[in-house]
Amino acid sequence: MNDSFWQAAYIIAALCVVLSIKWLSSPVTARRGVFAGEFGMLLAVVGTLLRHEIVSYEWIFGAFVAGAAVGAPLAYLMPMTSVPQLTALSHAFGALAAALVGSAEFYKDAAAGDPTTGFKMVAIVIESLLGYLTTTASVMAFGKLQEIVPTRPMTYKGQNFVNLLLFAIAGVLGVWMIAAPAPAWVFPAFIALSLLFGVLLILPIGGGDMPTVIALLNSYAGAACAAMGFALENRLLIIAGAVNASSGFILSVIMCKAMNRSFANVLFGAFGQAQATTAAQANTKPVRSASAEDAASILESARRVIVVPGYGMAVAQAQHKLRELTDLLNKRGVQVDFAIHPVAGRMPGHMNVLLAEADIPYDKLHEMEDINPDFAEADVALVIGANDVVNPCARHDKTSPIYGMPILDVDKAHTVMVIKRSMNPGFAGIDNELYYLDKTLMLFGDAKGFTGEIIKALSANK
Amino acid sequence: MSNEIEISLYVLVLAVPLGLELVRKVSPLLHTPLMSLTNAISAISVVGAILVSGNGGSPQLSKILGVIAVMFATINIVAGFLITDRMLKMFKKKETGGK
Repeated sequence: MNDSFWQAAYIIAALCVVLSIKWLSSPVTARRGVFAGEFGMLLAVVGTLLRHEIVSYEWIFGAFVAGAAVGAPLAYLMPMTSVPQLTALSHAFGALAAALVGSAEFYKDAAAGDPTTGFKMVAIVIESLLGYLTTTASVMAFGKLQEIVPTRPMTYKGQNFVNLLLFAIAGVLGVWMIAAPAPAWVFPAFIALSLLFGVLLILPIGGGDMPTVIALLNSYAGAACAAMGFALENRLLIIAGAVNASSGFILSVIMCKAMNRSFANVLFGAFGQAQATTAAQANTKPVRSASAEDAASILESARRVIVVPGYGMAVAQAQHKLRELTDLLNKRGVQVDFAIHPVAGRMPGHMNVLLAEADIPYDKLHEMEDINPDFAEADVALVIGANDVVNPCARHDKTSPIYGMPILDVDKAHTVMVIKRSMNPGFAGIDNELYYLDKTLMLFGDAKGFTGEIIKALSANK
Repeated sequence: MSNEIEISLYVLVLAVPLGLELVRKVSPLLHTPLMSLTNAISAISVVGAILVSGNGGSPQLSKILGVIAVMFATINIVAGFLITDRMLKMFKKKETGGK
């Protein structure tokens, strides 16, 4: 087949990649964006299959079928709460594919008696390092999200030193291979170090930092793909990889900002250790609690309610009950909005997906900056399953580990209601002074059950 | 530096700012679908996998690694696009959503 066919297919595919992200900018055109992405992918694959150097197809088609047979059920069977796990797993597969291609290319050149060195080897070294590292790191992230691996940060003395040492050794091996054809053991050793490095990278990272880490791994997977583009002199791969890498990078920066942390702090500083002491002394202070009936009558007489959902809401599967409550209140002329903190959920934007699944219209979901000024006018702020993101300590308590983190200003609302199982401090183990305010009513119970009771009470006093 | 590499580097320095600009415009509402979509797109590395596994000149080891890579990339592509679409289908405005 003529070369110009696949070249044209690649160029159109590159355009599709760009349009795909562009159309994703708004929910109205987003599905068109997915279609553009799929079309671009199809063009790229068909174009590649028709290149004259491709001579055997059986195994490739077998691999397509096997991959689709695994991928499709994964996408359809995963519950929406598990999207972060699926994404982590997906990163692992994608990164491993990129890494394996690098290795295959390396051994192809070696077999041809023309060992890879120089610029091409630079590309393969970067591709392999990022690819293999992202594979194991993503599997670890999956394990932590699925809670197969303990979610608390695992640290030991000299951890950063060991990591840096391994990284330095990998770097030396990499430079060796770039400079001159190295002995046969060097490349496998480099791969082994990259794999190991991925595991060590995730060990000290706590479950609460997973949104940042997933975004970062997304970025690495893209960078590995772009590096492959350099190794194979394929510009389509460079464009797609670069777009993905920048996307992951921006998302991880947003996540870091939303937690007021630096990259270095997320990657090297084990969170969740220092706070144990602050939590212990707090439980003696008095709190006001209320019943579902009290809550119902307050909500009913409100004009404006802002709901602040957190991951706990999703774990309790309370989003459908929450929708019912919203509908009931809307019917009574109460305006209900949702305030979404950037780190609500376990990956960027996760909470929006969970609420959309419960048929809550997306124009009711508001970002933190947009909704914060509205809390002062809200009659009720209803906090469900969120904790640190509504903790006023972040504003003024310099000793608090979350000091400086941007928060939702629920304490400015006229009344605050918090649905919570008990007074146990949350995920990060930090006590929340919001619970002790005079305007705060604690609604003790399971998020789903308690919301159900409020609905019952609301329906009763018609 | 060869001409090929030079062109590739030009592509890279243009693609990165373009990517940053495009992604910055995506509403935070859609950050999760954005991630799964870009993830699926980055599995375009399947192209490299096909090239190395289907090439008659590749040694056996490279072919095997390539075929495994095709399979993993396909999982990534299929799962990535399908879950993105599944999520986006759920985002409704009030008119069409349950009132």
